[in-house]
Amino acid sequence: MKRVYAREEYCVGCKLCEIYCIAAHSKYKNDLVKTFKKEAKPPISRILVEESRPVSFALQCRHCEDAPCTKACIVGAMHKDPETGIVTNAEDRCVGCWTCVLVCPFGAITRDERGHKVASKCDLCSDNGQIPACVEHCPNRALVYSEYESNNGKK
Amino acid sequence: MHYVIIGNSAAAVGAVEGIRRVDKHNPITLISDEPYHTYSRPLISYLLAGKVTEEKMLYRGQDFYEKNNVTTLLGQKAIAIDTDSKAVKLENNKVIIYDKLLIATGGTPFIPPMDGLEKKNVFTFIKMADVKAISDVVVAGNKAVIIGAGLIGLKAAEGLASLGVDVTIVELANRVLSAILDEEGADIVQKNLEKRGIKFELNTSVKAITGGEEAQGVTLSNGKALPADLVVVAVGVRPNTEVVESSKITVNRGIVIDEKCQTSIENVYAAGDVAEGYDLIFAQNRVLPILPNAYCQGETAGLNMAGSESIFSGGFAMNSIGFYGLPMITAGIVKPEGDGYEVLVKMVPEQNLYKKIILKDNIVVGFIYLNEVDRAGIITGLIREKTNVSDFKQELLKDSFGYIDLPQKLRRSKLLKGDSASCQ
Ligand SMILES: Cc1cc2nc3c(=O)[nH]c(=O)nc-3n(C[C@H](O)[C@H](O)[C@H](O)COP(=O)(O)OP(=O)(O)OC[C@H]3O[C@@H](n4cnc5c(N)ncnc54)[C@H](O)[C@@H]3O)c2cc1C
Ligand code: SF4
Ligand code: SF4
Repeated sequence: MKRVYAREEYCVGCKLCEIYCIAAHSKYKNDLVKTFKKEAKPPISRILVEESRPVSFALQCRHCEDAPCTKACIVGAMHKDPETGIVTNAEDRCVGCWTCVLVCPFGAITRDERGHKVASKCDLCSDNGQIPACVEHCPNRALVYSEYESNNGKK
Repeated sequence: MHYVIIGNSAAAVGAVEGIRRVDKHNPITLISDEPYHTYSRPLISYLLAGKVTEEKMLYRGQDFYEKNNVTTLLGQKAIAIDTDSKAVKLENNKVIIYDKLLIATGGTPFIPPMDGLEKKNVFTFIKMADVKAISDVVVAGNKAVIIGAGLIGLKAAEGLASLGVDVTIVELANRVLSAILDEEGADIVQKNLEKRGIKFELNTSVKAITGGEEAQGVTLSNGKALPADLVVVAVGVRPNTEVVESSKITVNRGIVIDEKCQTSIENVYAAGDVAEGYDLIFAQNRVLPILPNAYCQGETAGLNMAGSESIFSGGFAMNSIGFYGLPMITAGIVKPEGDGYEVLVKMVPEQNLYKKIILKDNIVVGFIYLNEVDRAGIITGLIREKTNVSDFKQELLKDSFGYIDLPQKLRRSKLLKGDSASCQ
């Protein structure tokens, strides 16, 4: 399946991916200004820029083949779509027990406690039906959306 | 080919999904003495507290059995297995013949001997039926004594307290959650529970449940007597091996299984709380009564039953729970005994923050994350993969510990693989 791969040598640590991720999951979809101006509590970013100067890179859910979070979820809310391979959380069923946080080896799940507690994670912008917002808006093409396990951005 | 599964919870569901990844057609028969659609057992305390409805407890959708071509025999108990004739005998005298069998009968409450257990209003707390029975009698203002300050006892306490019940927990050990926390961590959790009015009697046990036909109190071995309108026995669970007792299947503490989750008898598998499978940290078979382990063992059994060779490299103790907004994640060895361990600790009492990481020969073998649990899974992953952490040991306790702290080569290999091992 296609995944987002980070090219750390190109990442400038600007965190625009985080900003666009927040906007992509806001009720004012992809509208940066409205997201940050009007949302009382804007969503939490589902992508995390890790940095220790001069190195930085963005990390989000790897949509694991054998996704541990889906097997550990105590209510069966975490689910891997057998067709697309995308791992998503049925947030209405999630009880915020953080068992998925316990098992996700990438630390790719964040605790969203703005309202009803839910595990929040990258959904590859699956309901946008396009390339993920973080990839689209990275100014230095440090994120590539590709089928291949490569770090050079080429197919 | 006829697959038969005894049980209807995490391990059984894992097996159905494992089988159906390989074999979409051959019939599966699933037997359970509980009369319900598969539900999430850990949610029973949420149900007691009224935080979820029964509908929201479903572990898989309403169409789960139909979609997976599973015939269910719900509300029917298996009482014996004859592995020579490959037959499962049910209490209602039905006999089910299998080609491949999974035993996923889970756990049963461990009840220590004491007087008065037969009285009314004495409960256990592991099943939907337990919650229904408690809900039928409990009213705000009642007094409850819970025996056992483990995960199940504390969950029951939280549920009852939210209904306005006055709760006292009696525990033989010197601390709460002794299986998953050390003294320092347990102290923080206990104080947080006490703030909500839950009381504790530690280092003691219940000698007798007193009263007439109904429970009215308990007497403790430390001499105290406590009044009680209801008593919940939550000392622990043990493997529910009853159904194999008259069979040839090898049982130690649980049903002994190999890395394919097969028992000592060919074509018979076991998984979940009833099984004793490999523990990666202790390097020996152990009963690990937690849901992720049950699912993974069940799935592995299912794959093998359907003919796709699959190996579960093992599990280890791991828990994520929280009480009154204080989350904790712990795994592996949390209180090392003996030589050769290195322990890293961070404690900020005013924030209820406690982190402890236990290493042996530069490999993480356990941790406690209390009140700061983000990205704990990275540490769980280091345990599972037995990663040598000597190059970044000093970073492990950092707030921002992450992939950035791994040596570049290790980081790249993990991130570029774009995937992770889970059960296999
Ligand atoms: C209150 C509570 C909270 C918990 N919280 C957590 C948590 O937060 N995280 C976690 O990881 N784990 C938790 N657990 C543990 C978790 O629920 C178990 O590890 C898990 O359910 C084990 O699954 P299983 O399939 O092995 O067995 P079980 O869930 O025990 O199910 C066994 C099934 O088999 C059926 N059965 C048994 N004997 C027979 C028979 N003879 N004939 C027919 N059917 C039979 C039973 O009715 C039952 O449906 C909790 C448990 C409890 C009770
Ligand atoms: S949340 Fe974590 S465990 Fe689950 S699929 Fe994503 S990376 Fe894998
Ligand atoms: S936090 Fe939600 S998604 Fe994660 S394991 Fe718990 S119920 Fe499942």
